[in-house]
Amino acid sequence: MSNLNPSGWRPTTPQASGAAGDDVTFTGNRALMLEEALIFEIGSTETTGVDFGTAPKATSRLGGLERGDTIGLPGLSEPETVRHYTRLSRQNYAIDLGLFPLGSCTMKHNPRLNEKMARLPGFADIHPLQPVDTVQGALGVINELAQWLITLTGMHGVAMTPKAGAHGELCGILCIKAALEARGEDRRILLVPTSAHGTNPATAAFAGFTVEDIPATPDGRVDLEALKARLGPDVAGVMITNPNTCGLFERDMKAISDAVHAAGGYVYCDGANFNAIVGRVRPGDLGIDAMHINLHKTFSTPHGGGGPGSGPVVLSEALSPYGPLPFTELYADGHITLVEEETVGDRHPHTFGRMTAFQGQMGMFTRALTYILSHGADGLRQVAEDSVLNANYVLRAMEDVLDAPFAKFGPCMHEAIFSDKGLPEGFSTIDIAKGLIDEGFHPMTVYFPLVVHGAMLVEPTETESKATLDQFIGALRSIANRAKQGDPALKAAPALAPRRRLDETAAARKPVLVWKDAALAQAAE
Amino acid sequence: MRYLPLTEADRSAMLGVIGAKSIDDLFVDVPAEARLSGPIAGLPLHASEIAVERHMTALATKNLSAGAAPFFLGCGAYRHHVPASVDHIIQRGEFLTSYTPYQPEIAQGTLQVMFEFQSQIARLLGCDVANASMYDGSTACWEAITMARRVTKRAKAILSGGLHPHYVSVANTMAKYTGDQLATSLPTFSPTPDTDDLIAQIDDDTSCVVVQYPDILGRIADLSKLAEAAHAKKALLIAVVTEPVALGAIKSPGEMGADIVVGEGQSLGVGLQFGGPYVGLFACSEKLVRQMPGRLCGQTVDAEGKRGFVLTLSTREQHIRREKATSNICTSSVLCALAMSVHMTLLGEKGLRDLAAINHAGASAAADRLAQVKGVDLITPTFFNEFTLKLSKEARPIVRTLADKGILAGVSLGRLYPGVDDLANGLVVAVTETTTPEDVETLASALEEVLA
Repeated sequence: MSNLNPSGWRPTTPQASGAAGDDVTFTGNRALMLEEALIFEIGSTETTGVDFGTAPKATSRLGGLERGDTIGLPGLSEPETVRHYTRLSRQNYAIDLGLFPLGSCTMKHNPRLNEKMARLPGFADIHPLQPVDTVQGALGVINELAQWLITLTGMHGVAMTPKAGAHGELCGILCIKAALEARGEDRRILLVPTSAHGTNPATAAFAGFTVEDIPATPDGRVDLEALKARLGPDVAGVMITNPNTCGLFERDMKAISDAVHAAGGYVYCDGANFNAIVGRVRPGDLGIDAMHINLHKTFSTPHGGGGPGSGPVVLSEALSPYGPLPFTELYADGHITLVEEETVGDRHPHTFGRMTAFQGQMGMFTRALTYILSHGADGLRQVAEDSVLNANYVLRAMEDVLDAPFAKFGPCMHEAIFSDKGLPEGFSTIDIAKGLIDEGFHPMTVYFPLVVHGAMLVEPTETESKATLDQFIGALRSIANRAKQGDPALKAAPALAPRRRLDETAAARKPVLVWKDAALAQAAE
Repeated sequence: MRYLPLTEADRSAMLGVIGAKSIDDLFVDVPAEARLSGPIAGLPLHASEIAVERHMTALATKNLSAGAAPFFLGCGAYRHHVPASVDHIIQRGEFLTSYTPYQPEIAQGTLQVMFEFQSQIARLLGCDVANASMYDGSTACWEAITMARRVTKRAKAILSGGLHPHYVSVANTMAKYTGDQLATSLPTFSPTPDTDDLIAQIDDDTSCVVVQYPDILGRIADLSKLAEAAHAKKALLIAVVTEPVALGAIKSPGEMGADIVVGEGQSLGVGLQFGGPYVGLFACSEKLVRQMPGRLCGQTVDAEGKRGFVLTLSTREQHIRREKATSNICTSSVLCALAMSVHMTLLGEKGLRDLAAINHAGASAAADRLAQVKGVDLITPTFFNEFTLKLSKEARPIVRTLADKGILAGVSLGRLYPGVDDLANGLVVAVTETTTPEDVETLASALEEVLA
């Protein structure tokens, strides 16, 4: 069977879907908004978009394991492929199209220079196991970026290999565990404030710790007294996010660090929000022992569709000896080595080991370094200032129409938080978010952090102009007012997106996770 | 600063709206002793596009790129030709600069790509379901081991000696902290993988057996017997695929009975990139899906009954389950998965099979030629596009010597297994469609010279 969908059935054609309405067309398309079938519905196993010379017959070295049956992989010609993915791309909102104010998930401009540099063959086309003499430039990038991260954070060392923010958390927590082991102590409790990213407690548990929550004060910060009261010889440390997920700076950070250190523990800081303070505050000065930096957030590496990320972890002097393999070492003559298993021996006896196959997200290091060099120390400081300025501008422009639970406690950092308090019966945060879609904006983060009921977390970032913010503020005010007046049309938003509200409950109740065939897909409709 | 749109006039107008005298007023919560008064000393200031380009290019030219040398490295990262349209598509802003599809109504592009990727990967690996990618193969392998512990409620994992040593290292690192017990071993220069040894170790405490296919030396083994033996003791078989192109030529692990198949997808669409970002593959049988880590996309309908896609089964995840989550993973490698998916769509089944055949034939010819060199033994009778040679001298210094001559000869087992004398003469050589017969001849002559 070469055609994977011999019936030619298309689930979104009007005949098949039975969709009603006066906008139904024969094709299901709406002018420039084109419906696109799955590759399994339009491809065939005999079609290919790649030309090879004549493929030789398989030789006999496959141990009798030659593949028999059809795999069932659809192929498309090159023009069909380009058209398929281009059409799909048009169903996506992206930072290149407009404001993407996801709180806690910094979405800023992705400079194309970064992409160009990462694609230089000297970076893109080198193998992770090449002899180190042949990759001195790549190791140079790692080393130079490491120096920037150490200097910007005022820390002692940095582990470059973690492949994402949560992987960085794991790295920092394993450093803490290794340091405690070296001291011969078996401390099993990690304290995690209730406002923390969900990855924090998950990471602590994944590394074998028991998690205990620390409450927040009414002004959205860690309750220092509650934290102090819980410290003791069983506590390994604390995981804290600063600036925190309520968009606030933890004023007591130094006092928290001092108290944790006095009790023999370590301080892990979730640095996802570093762009709010880069160049203005060095986390090392606040007594932090480990902090991951999301290169895809603070340093603009693309996070297309939600990944890849990159999460280097800066470390205090106390934790630096325990960082993972491999790492770079710069010699006085300028030569850089890659320290792997073999060279550990007596020189690096405390490393906790390897946490990923190779050197980390090299392609992201190249992009991040390009971005950092473009900004320089002065530009990065300006990044923090403009991101904080933009967030406070939105906060003050909205607080008369949307509840802003922490606005009275002073300025926010890079993100402003609102809640659904005051909305009439039947209207909630989700309606505000979906209304924004019809206005041409990606919604803010909704229902996070959990400590605020019906939370809306807005992070405009530093790469938005005042004109864009003014338009966003106008749209958000309009939607908030429509909600307050009980406009039923808002409940049905989005009306203008490629899809109306999607049934997530049905998706979870009877999961359809792979394409099977037309008949099965139709049955699932 | 070219990336920052606010003008000084904007800034003062905005401060006015906020009611702040200066930007410092917005940083009042930062304790005075922690505030920096100006740009951090000792770091350069902002630079023009041309200056940055010059600096980065200078660093890039200090590397010997694979395309500039006869190139034979594999062992978990492979050099294949990537059609130009793959990079064109992933650079479209709507893919490159979008985020996690939290608002599905305006993220159907990414979501449909995830669904198509899951479907392609499930078929390729021979499993019921696949997720929408992990960080990389090594971390996916560890996640599979912990998943086997959750499923079987047993802690003993048996790792084949043919499993990539870095994957073993990652598992060893994590197991120190989680209470998993790992039984590991080293590979040997045996013509066949350690299937019988692994079977002998399986007992009632075994959570899983982890085997690489093809293995680190390039060997291919029938996994059916191993699956049967594992299942007889209610343990799971985890198969690791680091070269998915191989599955265009040989049976998938799933069809031989593997319960979980993980792998590295870098080989299709992603490129070498000095080790990352790569794309972790993760597939399993239907009944295990709720224990699977990572992101999943599912099909559903919208309010008008039109087909659409959403992130689903998120009750397994950290943002809901906190410390009870199946894993702490929060991201994925969607952009790399897109690259892999586009490459697979361009190839299609026919193209993948042709590509695999070309790889295998090229590798076979290269193995025959290199085995003719005096002082070289081919020790892997079965292989796909990668095989192991035993040299009459230690391989690592030879690889370095050949690199000085501009030849990237392969991966020495000395690099992967430092201090293991028995393996020091091993050289793993990979051949793909990018390798020419002239490249093979150059390597053969160079080996003749250094081994003489």
